[in-house]
Amino acid sequence: MSPSRALPRERPMVTFIIRRVLRTVLLLLAVSIITFCVFFVIPRFAGQNSAELAAQYVGRNPTSDAIQQMIQKLGLNEPLPVQYWKYLVGIVAGQHYNAGPNVTYCPPPCFGYSFRNTEPVWPQMTAALPVTLSLAVGAAVLWLVGGVAIGVLSALRPGSLLDRVSMGTALAGVSLPIFFTGQVALLLFAFKWQIFPGSGYVNVATNPLAWFEHLVLPWITLAFLYAALYARLTRAGMLETMGEDFVRTARAKGLRERSVVLKHGLRAALTPILTIFGMDLGLLLGGAILTETTFSMPGLGQFTVLAIQNQDFPEIMGVVMLAAFFIVIANMLVDILYAVIDPRVRTA
Amino acid sequence: MTETADVSDSLIRVQGQVLEVSDLKVHFATDDGLVKAVDGVSFSLQRGRTLAIVGESGSGKSVTCMAVMGLLTGKNTRISGEIQLDGEDLVGASRERVRQLRGPKMAMIFQDPLTSLHPYYTVGHQIMEAYLVHNKVTKKEARQRAIDLLGRVGIPSPARRVDDYPHQFSGGMRQRAMIAMALSCDPELLIADEPTTALDVTVQAQILDLILDLQAEFGSAVVIITHDLGVVAEVSDQILVMYAGRPVETGPAVGVFSRPAHPYTGGLLGSMPRLDTVRADRLHPIPGTPPSLINVPSGCPFHPRCAYRERVGGNRCAAEVPALLQVMPYGGLDHKAACHLSPDERELAWAELASTSQYQTDAASSSPSPGSQVAATSGSSAASGDSPSEVEA
Repeated sequence: MSPSRALPRERPMVTFIIRRVLRTVLLLLAVSIITFCVFFVIPRFAGQNSAELAAQYVGRNPTSDAIQQMIQKLGLNEPLPVQYWKYLVGIVAGQHYNAGPNVTYCPPPCFGYSFRNTEPVWPQMTAALPVTLSLAVGAAVLWLVGGVAIGVLSALRPGSLLDRVSMGTALAGVSLPIFFTGQVALLLFAFKWQIFPGSGYVNVATNPLAWFEHLVLPWITLAFLYAALYARLTRAGMLETMGEDFVRTARAKGLRERSVVLKHGLRAALTPILTIFGMDLGLLLGGAILTETTFSMPGLGQFTVLAIQNQDFPEIMGVVMLAAFFIVIANMLVDILYAVIDPRVRTA
Repeated sequence: MTETADVSDSLIRVQGQVLEVSDLKVHFATDDGLVKAVDGVSFSLQRGRTLAIVGESGSGKSVTCMAVMGLLTGKNTRISGEIQLDGEDLVGASRERVRQLRGPKMAMIFQDPLTSLHPYYTVGHQIMEAYLVHNKVTKKEARQRAIDLLGRVGIPSPARRVDDYPHQFSGGMRQRAMIAMALSCDPELLIADEPTTALDVTVQAQILDLILDLQAEFGSAVVIITHDLGVVAEVSDQILVMYAGRPVETGPAVGVFSRPAHPYTGGLLGSMPRLDTVRADRLHPIPGTPPSLINVPSGCPFHPRCAYRERVGGNRCAAEVPALLQVMPYGGLDHKAACHLSPDERELAWAELASTSQYQTDAASSSPSPGSQVAATSGSSAASGDSPSEVEA
């Protein structure tokens, strides 16, 4: 209409993405504050003082000297906002832990020191990350493709044999926990028929084939659970959109049934599936605890379990921050994808 | 006179019949029983002519058109009878063949243009899609075609609006875009399913005008489904009134309008508000509600709501299904109605209806030449030039 309307119309996508990224940064800051409070502020409300906090870092038989030194080194007597600020700066720029002559440097991104093995947290997490990444991304591709395909086929012929069989399987997939399906898969494929190796993880750079072989069973086990969920979601969404007026219009203009289903039906049904997908993938990147434990994979999930068992606060905090980071980023990507899929979102 | 008229009439029938539907039945098997949505409908339509299918909700008008378009493919749907599009049978044709015909031979405009357009694709894309699937052209040509069509249906600066999404269009513009999409492959038959119901009154007239203009330009046959009798009066040559899935009256628009031969048609006209009557007059709605399509009343499906059933001897209305027979002596050549009332009774009933408030002014003005008022309005439609004279004769 008027030329003034042309201005915001020009790059709605770019402004949308910028807005969304800024919001993501704010969200991550909020997460870091909350995490910091959980581990360093709430214990003080519960009556724990700096000495008791520092005692955990010192070792089995803490002397009061060593504790005092540790309090100073970690800056536990400083005001809480200062401590938080140092933690935050440490993530970006690294941190020097100073206790007189005893200086320890924690290179960026510094998520603190583990007091169990006196190592920085970040390198430990980066060692575990590729395992979880391989597992989660591979399984995600599998379940997204499989689940959506099964869901679409079921929705096209509701009540058919395919529909009933796949929805029955889906119900089983949703209800059976991974430590059960994983054990069954291990029993059959690894021990009885010995098609795939039983457990462990091989670095992809060391041996790509072994990497793949070790991942097949975890992928399938993890994907089975999610594919079941996605098949049901897709089916419900497709049954709804295939009854929409615009699908009737697509048929009325003589489009082939394939493009009616995929271009017009599925595209509209995909939006809610994408939302869940972002959350699920983000969550899994923070550690697929059950799968990693079942298949003895040294990923972030196992790292988390060990950290909790050892009450290793910096490690737990680091893994919480990392998981939050993945979830927030995944959701941001989903929001941006939303705008790509649905033009009405861009102006909102 | 009647003989020559018959001959010329049959000539047109042979040459220019775009759509011929005979004894169409559409039944849906449901858990509650067999729904007879359409139960024996016949009509035919020539090139350049407009047929209005009128009736309450659930009378089967939309289902009839969906059946013609081949859009009823549910496995519980039973379709019987004959649908001939340009001499080609559609009921027995393969789904793939009917799909190929949708677009270049027949197209449809739907009631709610917002939900009928895909929200995720640009308007231009959706028009191009329709054009590309039936024509071997490049995307660039298809885009140009979409721009031309958008311009033709009255979208300002179409070259820019072609990349807009449906939510950036107003209601009237969306319906224009739907029309552009329907016309993209020059269909011979255009079905408009309540095309103006979801629109503002001011926009309604524009959209109707547009459909008529385009009809004159493209020479297509048009079926308009509506419950708005104002729309019927303005645009149609022929009228088919449906009730409970059956045709109850059919004929030239002027004849049906000026001399409804079925009490249901009379009732529809009586429940239409008019500007040319005295304000104090009240509308005369038809009592009761449309019947269930699973348990259609015996005999004439309208008899439980009919004010005239006592005038028919015996219990014929409830016992015997009335046949669709020619109405004598007025109403034109093809004016037929399915009613047990005798011609005399019908004349009497019509006189009574005309004497009620709704028809006072109309009846007074139209007594010398029945239907002159309607003829005047429908005369504006480009394709109905010969119908008034037909009735005068």
